[in-house]
Amino acid sequence: MKFITAIIKPFKLDEVREALSAIGVQGITVTEVKGFGRQKGHTELYRGAEYVVDFLPKVKVEAAVDDNVLDQALEAIEKSAATGKIGDGKIFVLDLEQVIRIRTGETGTDAL
Amino acid sequence: MKTIHTLLSASLLVGLPAVSGGALAQEAAEAAVEVHKGDVAWIMTATLLVLMMALPGLALFYGGLVRAKNMLSVLMQVMTVFSLNALLFAVYGYSLAFTEGTPFIGSLDKVFLSGVTIDSLADTFTDNVKLPEFAFIAFQATFAGITGALVVGAFAERMKFSAVLIFSVIWFTFCYLPICHMVWGPGGYLLEDGALDFAGGTVVHINAGIAGLVGAYMVGKRIGFGRESMAPHSLTLTMVGASLLWVGWFGFNAGSNLEATSGAALAFINTLFATAAAVLAWSLAEALLKGKPSMLGAASGAVAGLVAITPACGSVGPMGAIVIGTLSGFICLWGVNGLKHMLGADDALDVFGVHGVGGIVGAILTGVFAAPALGGTGGEDFAMGAQVWIQTWSVIVTIVWSAVVAFIAYKIADILVGLRVPEEEEREGLDITAHGESAYRS
Repeated sequence: MKFITAIIKPFKLDEVREALSAIGVQGITVTEVKGFGRQKGHTELYRGAEYVVDFLPKVKVEAAVDDNVLDQALEAIEKSAATGKIGDGKIFVLDLEQVIRIRTGETGTDAL
Repeated sequence: MKTIHTLLSASLLVGLPAVSGGALAQEAAEAAVEVHKGDVAWIMTATLLVLMMALPGLALFYGGLVRAKNMLSVLMQVMTVFSLNALLFAVYGYSLAFTEGTPFIGSLDKVFLSGVTIDSLADTFTDNVKLPEFAFIAFQATFAGITGALVVGAFAERMKFSAVLIFSVIWFTFCYLPICHMVWGPGGYLLEDGALDFAGGTVVHINAGIAGLVGAYMVGKRIGFGRESMAPHSLTLTMVGASLLWVGWFGFNAGSNLEATSGAALAFINTLFATAAAVLAWSLAEALLKGKPSMLGAASGAVAGLVAITPACGSVGPMGAIVIGTLSGFICLWGVNGLKHMLGADDALDVFGVHGVGGIVGAILTGVFAAPALGGTGGEDFAMGAQVWIQTWSVIVTIVWSAVVAFIAYKIADILVGLRVPEEEEREGLDITAHGESAYRS
């Protein structure tokens, strides 16, 4: 099993969710986050005061998937989240040791 | 006053008959005295409009500009200072400002409004037309209230609440009241000098702007000023506040005519057009100089235009008002940028840059655009050079008086309770530490 963390542009969230649902991913967790990468920030001007905003708002999508759907899932995210412009985000993939469904006590791929 | 003989020239509230005239004069006057229902209705409406300028107009305009952790402290300071000054105005302010005394301050004859009854009358700009004195007192009390509330923007986000109140009482008593008497009171020094200040450019705006600037210096900069982001937490509320100020300002300016006459209509139309011109001027200048016209700029421009037209609204024509508004938009933008950096004070919400600078621009330009050749209401013997000097002198007197009294008032507050909250409280925010509540819950 793999754990996917994708940092994407906020307005791409719906498309990513739909793309993941389409390939059978049962659930995702979404968090509003801030950060910086190559896109960098921007400056805001309030009367005479100028502030550099380093951290831009992004959305973090987390999903746990079985190994056999990993490539599909990554492709789905990559395609649906892309605009081709700087700041599209990144996808991180980690090994996932265990999953437990709290209600039933199922474990492993049964719990995905 | 001899130079101008028109409506505005009467920009004086002459003493009230009961004060000095004696029984004979009063009887003679009573013969022809008229109280018009329209005037009474208008002045009470105008009073409510000025109240709305402060609460919630000014409170929201300022509140949106601070960080979320200090939102309630600003709303609270505006509300309490307004209330405090209004009450003090009833206790002794009205008497000291609007009874005859010396050229610099009135008498204590009407302390606790003694002698004022439901039948008492106050003068208007027409000899035999009067207003119920209660209505006039209430109208003026709102001016006293909002002037004190304007100052709090300068030292927002770091001043101790008790120090704010102590400062407000002292400054109201020894600065607002004397300047008010000098400009509007019977026998007032600047009034007799011929200064034109229809609705309070010197009394309210320059006065408050200077007190704010002195406060910004004395209270010191906010922790992290220039390093941390102190971006406004809600420009939406700031825009709502600025718009409420604009609407309320019709009571402030047109109400200052006291009667519902053509003079009120002149002040009314000027308040509309000068402000619209200032909104566009500020936005245009920002677009040209900074690349983008901002909502905060448009709202700031509205307030700058309102401030600048305040002294002029009864004595200039609509086209003069548009020029005054346009210039105030440009100059106040400089006031919150170049000038602010030169002054080096953390005037948090630009009380000086907008109200002080806008007030000075308006006061001086009043002397220009009151000229009949420029559409103003000045008489044939109007002398622009002389009037501009008189206006400038009234500005200088106000600046010096307000600065000195403000300095002493802050010093006293500092000695009694200390001006600033401790560093930890400033970092946590005044809402929680001073008032025990939060503006927003997530």
